[in-house]
Amino acid sequence: MLELREITKRFAGVPANDRVNLTVAPGTIHALVGENGAGKSTAMRIAYGFYGADSGEILVEGRVHRFTSPHDAIRLGIGMVHQHFMLVEPMTVAENIVLGLEPGSPFALDLKSAEARIRALSDELGLAIDPTRRIEDLSVGQQQRVELLKALYREARLLILDEPTAVLSPQATAELFTILRRMRAQGKTIVIVTHKLSEVLDISDEVTVMRDGRVVGHRRTAETNAAELAHLMVGRDVLLRVVKPAAQPKAPVLGVRGLAVTFKGGEKRLDGVSFEVRAGEIVGIAGIEGNGQTELVEALAGLTEGGAVSGTIELDGRSVAGLSVRQRRALGISHVPEDRHRRGLLLDFDLQENAILGADDRPPVAVGPGRFWLRRDEIRRKTEKILAAFDVRPPDPERPARALSGGNQQKLILGRELDLQPKLLLVAQPTRGVDIGGIEFIHRRLVELRDAGCALLLVSSELEEVTALADRLLVMRRGRIVAEVDPETTSMEEIGLLMTGGSAAA
Amino acid sequence: MSFLRQLLFPLAAVAAAFAVGALVVLAVGDSPLNTYALLIGSALSWPDGIGYTLFYATPLIFTGLAVAVAFRCGLLNIGAEGQLYIAAFATAWVGIVLAGWPAWLLVPLCILTALLTGGFWAAVPGVLKARFGAHEVITTIMMNFIAVALASYFTQYHYKPPGDPILQTVPIGENAHVARIGALVPGIPERIPLNLAFPLALAACLLVYLFLWRTRWGYQIRATGANPAAALYGGIATGKQIVLAMSLSGALAGLVAVNEVLGYRYRYYDSFSAGYGFTGIAVALLGRNHPVGVILASLLFGALLRGGLFVDIFTEHVSKDLVMVLQGVIILFVAAEALFRGRGEKRVKSV
Repeated sequence: MLELREITKRFAGVPANDRVNLTVAPGTIHALVGENGAGKSTAMRIAYGFYGADSGEILVEGRVHRFTSPHDAIRLGIGMVHQHFMLVEPMTVAENIVLGLEPGSPFALDLKSAEARIRALSDELGLAIDPTRRIEDLSVGQQQRVELLKALYREARLLILDEPTAVLSPQATAELFTILRRMRAQGKTIVIVTHKLSEVLDISDEVTVMRDGRVVGHRRTAETNAAELAHLMVGRDVLLRVVKPAAQPKAPVLGVRGLAVTFKGGEKRLDGVSFEVRAGEIVGIAGIEGNGQTELVEALAGLTEGGAVSGTIELDGRSVAGLSVRQRRALGISHVPEDRHRRGLLLDFDLQENAILGADDRPPVAVGPGRFWLRRDEIRRKTEKILAAFDVRPPDPERPARALSGGNQQKLILGRELDLQPKLLLVAQPTRGVDIGGIEFIHRRLVELRDAGCALLLVSSELEEVTALADRLLVMRRGRIVAEVDPETTSMEEIGLLMTGGSAAA
Repeated sequence: MSFLRQLLFPLAAVAAAFAVGALVVLAVGDSPLNTYALLIGSALSWPDGIGYTLFYATPLIFTGLAVAVAFRCGLLNIGAEGQLYIAAFATAWVGIVLAGWPAWLLVPLCILTALLTGGFWAAVPGVLKARFGAHEVITTIMMNFIAVALASYFTQYHYKPPGDPILQTVPIGENAHVARIGALVPGIPERIPLNLAFPLALAACLLVYLFLWRTRWGYQIRATGANPAAALYGGIATGKQIVLAMSLSGALAGLVAVNEVLGYRYRYYDSFSAGYGFTGIAVALLGRNHPVGVILASLLFGALLRGGLFVDIFTEHVSKDLVMVLQGVIILFVAAEALFRGRGEKRVKSV
């Protein structure tokens, strides 16, 4: 169906794709995997006509084509769903889908016929999308299906999905995969770009692995396994499973009783939450995103905005509920936020100024009356220490945080928070958007921190991650803790059922 | 190296503006070469050209700094104009009412008045923003109207010399005067109004630099401006930073009073400001919100103001509006910088 031959593409002299060869057989689901920066997206953007290749050929159904823009690719039946959706939020589904090929005359838009066709396409695949609804009223998973419909409406026979599950809950991911299988059954060809190995093994027929801009392997999915793919991706053996000794929990550090967060109009996003975290253990919170995990972590960190927090929060038996963020930090609460770009970093500031975020008032960095002055030499020393200890690359303190990869940004944040020697670490989505090598590193550091006697509260929407790391696992649904399970002995299916309330398998 | 690179774009913008200006001069029928020779020559002649250029640059350094400090906190202070008006009036008032006080006490008191009044005038929009989320652009503009009207009212009905056709107050006491540079440095005639406010402006730049980049408060202000959500996460009280940055911004704008009231006119003169507060926005933009950049941009605009007068008088057709054209085009090019920068850069982050 689609073939890339010897595709090379350079950005500012740096090769992003180096003689890439890729063959996608018709009617299959083909996974393209690799670490961040391996060149997967670049290759797919070339196949979609978004970039021109410096050299090499693109063949569609056996014939060489030259793409000058995505229009050429669309005409040949290639569609692409980007990681970040390209939808106009206040407009309806149908209006978004017809954008660029509006039916009817220039003065009279014939939306009715488009809506009928969209409804038919949606029903055929069981997408359950109403074409008259506004995009802003749809969930992320539904918006993604609109993107799929957009491509199908343009009669795409080959669909490229760039990191489609990055924004989805486990349940929505499962739903997406069901849809993709149905599309394959209808004879469509699908290329899915991802770095999650479990998904590759779950959904794909064939898999191509990229590293450093080159294709380093091609396998039939049935004939490979996660360890082999990880080795190909990273270039060395990777520990996929977290190895940890049994926890040695000590005195309770965090005590939460009857915690609730109430927003305007009495909406409770967190309700009656009680649990404790002891020194030397990792308590995991599992749940589909948006079930109160964010509110829980923010309430504990003192970051709740626009809502009223009630209930008790105790650190070492002392109430911290009324304290400011700064006061809680001073008592030993560190926090790795779920969204590192929005909360965790000052992207335009250099690594030094990021290394003191949340700790700018501590000596020896801050000196003088009121700790008014900042010492540049101490800031630099502290930064270099963190960069070295957490293997942040490149270890250049003067580089802006924006210039680091996601994994290195996360290591910087983790390093900064651990440098404060916390009693309690609140850590949310620690490996989101982090490549495999980085995930291994971060997991190891979290277990080491536990064994050093820190109390950890871990929130992750990656079920595999929480079950692997947590010593005790709490399941959240609709702002409440609905169960506590032993992650060693409970199956993913059981946890999935608890997360969804038993309505559907996760 | 990186400093030079920072200079590159503003310089290119200035060059482009002069090119556009040359076309305008041609269009009205004069020689661009002669006009620019006149412009630059009159701005850089010794001692009058340089003296006046520095004199005109002084208020722009203060207002440019004011806008830059607010901007570092993510705030657009459109109100420097009002802040400097109200501060100038209050400063003159202290100079009039306490005219008999000794100079060593009165001058610092007047300067303090300028700082506090300007700071207070800007703190109001700061508090409104921090407490109620009122947008500072709207509130500072409104505060401008109030400031100008209040100062005019008090001048007209309470402090105008009887029978004076000009809308200005009675003179301040001589003990409130700030010395002209000509009185201190031999070789510079005293008729040039350049005064001690100029070194004060340079000192303000140094202090603002140290404050923003070497102190915790400055760090917190900049962190708030760069990413308020991350600042909150780091335990920074962003509302406090907003009020602090606005107060500081207003205080800096207020220092224009030192140049205009204490060092030049020796009284409050209605509508004395040639839009210094607004030009300050352009200065900060061209100077990339950095104290050094603010000084350089102020010198440029000061030179244009000075040279513009001569162009107006000594050319056949070109008026001093040419300076406005040049300023405007510089701003357009600087504002369009993002457009130029975006080119050739990688459009999409790689995966």
